Amino acid sequence: MNTAVEIENVTKRYGDVVALSSVSLAIEDNEFFTLLGPSGCGKTTLLRSIAGFEQLSQGDIKLFGDSIVDLPPNKRPVNTVFQHYALFPHLTVADNVGFGLQRQRLPSHEIASRVADILEMVQLGSYADRLPSMLSGGQQQRVALARALAPRPRLLLLDEPLSALDLKLRQDVRVELQQIQHDTGITFIFVTHDQEEALTMSDRIAVMSEGVLQQVGTPRQIYEAPDNRFVADFIGDTNLIDVQVTQVLDQCATCVLPGGASIACNNMAGASVGAGHLSVRPERVTLGPVDGSALQGEVSRLTYLGTDIHVTVALSDGGKMDVRVQNSDSAAIPQPGSTIGLYLDIAAARLLVD
Amino acid sequence: MRKPFDIKRYPGFFPITCLCLFLLYTPLIVVMVYSFNDSNSITNWGGMSLRWYEEVFYGVESQKFKKAAFNSLSIAICAAITATTLAVCAAMAMLRTGVFRGQTLSFALINLPLMVPEIVTAVATLVFFSAIGFKTGYASILIAHIVFCIPFAYLPIAARMQSVDATYEQAAQDLYATRFEAFRLVLLPLILPGVISGFLLAFIISLDDFIITNFVKGAGIETLPTAIFGSVKQGIKPSIMAISTLLLLLSVVFVTLSYFVGRKGQQTP
Repeated sequence: MNTAVEIENVTKRYGDVVALSSVSLAIEDNEFFTLLGPSGCGKTTLLRSIAGFEQLSQGDIKLFGDSIVDLPPNKRPVNTVFQHYALFPHLTVADNVGFGLQRQRLPSHEIASRVADILEMVQLGSYADRLPSMLSGGQQQRVALARALAPRPRLLLLDEPLSALDLKLRQDVRVELQQIQHDTGITFIFVTHDQEEALTMSDRIAVMSEGVLQQVGTPRQIYEAPDNRFVADFIGDTNLIDVQVTQVLDQCATCVLPGGASIACNNMAGASVGAGHLSVRPERVTLGPVDGSALQGEVSRLTYLGTDIHVTVALSDGGKMDVRVQNSDSAAIPQPGSTIGLYLDIAAARLLVD
Repeated sequence: MRKPFDIKRYPGFFPITCLCLFLLYTPLIVVMVYSFNDSNSITNWGGMSLRWYEEVFYGVESQKFKKAAFNSLSIAICAAITATTLAVCAAMAMLRTGVFRGQTLSFALINLPLMVPEIVTAVATLVFFSAIGFKTGYASILIAHIVFCIPFAYLPIAARMQSVDATYEQAAQDLYATRFEAFRLVLLPLILPGVISGFLLAFIISLDDFIITNFVKGAGIETLPTAIFGSVKQGIKPSIMAISTLLLLLSVVFVTLSYFVGRKGQQTP
């Protein structure tokens, strides 16, 4: 595998505000790579730095081995799908899509055929002569994608391109985007704050918070083996249980739960003796009889979610646990107010330190 | 429920409105009507005629007025084109370079000429020209007009540019356009209504300027307003009313055009 983008120690400051703090990343060729984080975490700043719209305070960005930080945006073989598309309102769909090709001074017959091909690919062949304002949001999104893909960039940047679409359309476009990425073989860097989008589409995800890279990994790694509290909390729902680690031996930690029960955990991110957090996903906790359980509590609320039922259990020490029960076995669903035992899937529980 | 505040329901609203409209427009209407008067008098109606329009185009003074009209139009066109170009550059600097030190000061400096009394500008310009030894004449009028037209051209252009998201130019640059191409192919077409509006405004302001022109023109050259003024000093002739009516018509056409171009642009951002 070739490395498409190397981000080396990139720092970006606006006055006293640090938007990016020593971020280093390597993105492979032909990868669907996602930058994920809450708004203001620096993911868009990083994307704009790659596109050339931000001057770095420090660090280097290499594209297929060559540094691009000194090139203006128009000299970088990188195209962007903007968050609100930024389609030129005075140009037709075909002229929008052909804009980059015209700037590259391609012969006009080649521009025409490439524009026609790419509009066919995004199923907008019959809309070539329309103005962007005459298209729906989903169609505009596809024009923006076609416009960015037409010059056949080596790297495509997508800045929350699905955020303006409604839910149903967003799910269709996800599949389409993945298909297009697969067919064209272009490296995609996708920015989103939506963890579901990130988990379903990406080959790898980089989670960011406050300008700092928190973790890079496959969706499975990010979800099942978060490196720290922020990642565990931000990706999906999780229960963070305060525990005391009493012993760490051969990648096996002994943790004392709030109720006093002790469990052995070998799934951890750099644990040491002292205070820690045990992250357990709601679907990895099962309900059962009080006797013999590691934790007990009182059922305080049931939330109906269709496929699942969300059970909130108030623990005796004041904490709470969320449990997801599949909506298939009505017998397993407890009544609010009843006392119940909680069984943790220890293999899926991850021990984190602050 | 009480009706919300409505100025139309105030006592005396209707008579005051009528009085204001009367004071504003009666003189103009009188001038327009009497320009079609057949009589030599400017106050007695002697029947309908176009003789004063004939007088304007073919009469004794027609050469003087034609020359003045040519000066006025050519100065207005050159001044409006130059002022509009400078105003576009100023708007780019103000709105497309991010936040910079002295931005508010720059904004004030661009628009200050609107607030400075015209007579002050006129005196200052004349003093400046004589201080540097610049010969008064066509060139001095043109330069003075360019300068005071800039804020008039700037306001509609800047208003329009402010409403155009800078992301469009970034998208153009992302698609391999140079900064100039991004301006020419994307920003300029999008702000064009503002540019046309600014041009027309500058044109009309230059065309009817009297005070500054009268100060800096020097001897031997007239623009239409100064020629009319010169003529009126020897007594008001009905032909002056005809010229005034023509000038008024031209102004109305340009201002209306400017208004509609500006409005059309706002409907399709």
